[in-house]
Amino acid sequence: MRIELEKRPERSKVMAWASPIIAVLATVVTGGLIFAAIGKPPLQALWIFFLEPFSSLWSIEELVVKATPLILIGVGLSVAYRANVWNIGAEGQFTIGALMGGMVPVFFNTWQSPLTLVLMLVLGILGGMIWALIPALLKIKAGANEILVSLMLVYVAQLLLDWLVRGPWRDPKGYNFPKTVGFEDWQVMPVFGGGRLNLGILLAIVAAIALSILMRRTMKGFEVRVLGEAPRAGRFAGFSSDRMTLFVFLLSGGLAGLAGIVEVASTVGQLQPNISPGYGFTAIIVAFLGRLDPIGVVVAALMLAVSYLGGEAAQVALGISDKAARVFQGVLLFWVLACDTLILYRLRIVRGAPAAEGV
Amino acid sequence: MDQSALLAVLLTIVTASTPLLLAALGELVTERAGVLNLGVEGMMVMGAVAGFAVALMTGSPYLGIVASALAGALLAVPFGVLTLNLVANQVATGLALTLLGLGLSGLIGERFVGQPGVRLQKLAIPGLSDIPFVGPILFGQDVLVYLSIALAVLVSWVVFRSRAGLILRAVGDNHASAHALGYSVIRVRWAAVLFGGAMAGLGGGYLSLAYTPQWIENMTAGRGWIALALVVFSSWLPSRLVIGAYLFGAVTILGFFVQGLGVGVPAQLLSSLPYIVTIAALVVISTRRGRARADTPACLGQPFVPDR
Repeated sequence: MRIELEKRPERSKVMAWASPIIAVLATVVTGGLIFAAIGKPPLQALWIFFLEPFSSLWSIEELVVKATPLILIGVGLSVAYRANVWNIGAEGQFTIGALMGGMVPVFFNTWQSPLTLVLMLVLGILGGMIWALIPALLKIKAGANEILVSLMLVYVAQLLLDWLVRGPWRDPKGYNFPKTVGFEDWQVMPVFGGGRLNLGILLAIVAAIALSILMRRTMKGFEVRVLGEAPRAGRFAGFSSDRMTLFVFLLSGGLAGLAGIVEVASTVGQLQPNISPGYGFTAIIVAFLGRLDPIGVVVAALMLAVSYLGGEAAQVALGISDKAARVFQGVLLFWVLACDTLILYRLRIVRGAPAAEGV
Repeated sequence: MDQSALLAVLLTIVTASTPLLLAALGELVTERAGVLNLGVEGMMVMGAVAGFAVALMTGSPYLGIVASALAGALLAVPFGVLTLNLVANQVATGLALTLLGLGLSGLIGERFVGQPGVRLQKLAIPGLSDIPFVGPILFGQDVLVYLSIALAVLVSWVVFRSRAGLILRAVGDNHASAHALGYSVIRVRWAAVLFGGAMAGLGGGYLSLAYTPQWIENMTAGRGWIALALVVFSSWLPSRLVIGAYLFGAVTILGFFVQGLGVGVPAQLLSSLPYIVTIAALVVISTRRGRARADTPACLGQPFVPDR
């Protein structure tokens, strides 16, 4: 007896909806097994990890704050991956965005005006775009693999930030701590209702809606899909894959840069060596879990935000390492990709002797 | 620079190059079979933590080496199931593997942080290692260095001179024809993926057993990605891979050496050198586009579904 793949005549609409849900459930089950393996009570751990983040208003607010950078980065990546362009260096673009936007409070510490924040956000977007421009141009002009170049630039960006905050940009009154001056008033994102909820989530929602419209209603969105699914057909239609590479890199890089400056101008409040718990990489999972659809990404980002919060809660309550969250994120992406097969294929159990040739 | 200083630099270059060579050799075979596994970094870091843990618990670095290879191959299993049996996207699955490996190794390795590890001893070949200067470099290394060179020769021979290599390349260059000729594309690819995983694991094990015998989270620091770049750089040729890995190790070490001379360059700039050099190398090799294209296994990254 063995299992065979049988191609469906067309994409299964049911499975397109069901596959992310099956993937999440499978991840929860896997999570329980992992907890049991490391000697923690599985059910209690799962409760704390996945459900407690929804138990209070405070934690729901925190959930949205954590989801904000994931949405901003994830929606951009979802468009890039749809075009079959692999920007996996969002973490680096995030860092450079934070760094460029952060230049404003570092160099003009006393300048306070609504324009301060606007300039910071614009510079953040530009920073992300510049960093994304490097792999895009090297791909177009020299044919260098964009996956490797964009990933290498993550390390370079982090080292650059590290050098700046320990050296030239360090706060002279900061007792030698590796950080810049703190951002204040118009140098930080306005908050709603005195909590931590800030303007960033609105920007993220706007970006998701805008990209959803772009993908569904515009010629550009059509071009993205055609070049991604059938590059030859795209070329015959006169679409340029070079221009597309440039477009999606600038788009996803700019949004990652925006996420970077939003994050340092809210949660972090200054520039320091560590400004992200791997949002740029988690956003890759978010993009896939969201079915590479901007609105789906919003839902997926909220779910991944749960894993960050649940990870913190489980560490406090049960002494489970915060690394567990990273493991779940990896497992989740595996299940998502495995379940996606069910959209295009049917699993068929074949009885009897295997054919001479096969799986 | 006097001779002993030069010797020291050359010896460190060997240690810096070996993990890259091991991991890249595995990926070269995987890619020759037409499979792109971007999870090298994840398999490497799992090899590093497994090798360190087993060596620490048993006291034997050799058992550590075995464990690191097993751990790498084990992590390659879910990749194989997804990309080969379930025809999932290879790029995305490879990324998932890297994320999973980094997370899992962090979780497993947490209690080993700060513990002194077991160092893999040098295995001097009697007589030969006493030759002045060249002796210690060529014949005074540890077992994994010898193994990496031997495997490079072996892989080169198998890929280009043996029947198995012919099948491997057929599967990677034209899976439909290989299938029609009666070879099991999936089975060949499975073998290549597992070999790639074991080799990446060995590369990681070298880091935690010989390069710096301790466990640090994310201690591979992008070497898995650099190994992937080296495969492209080598045009999928094992001989060029050896040259590439050693050139690369040399550049990294020279960066540190320059820093040691007290030149006023920020440490971060020198640390970023390997990544910048990788990008530069990718650009140079890709610019000669026609040739690079011709060398690339034609079915690289393409899933295969047997139509019985």
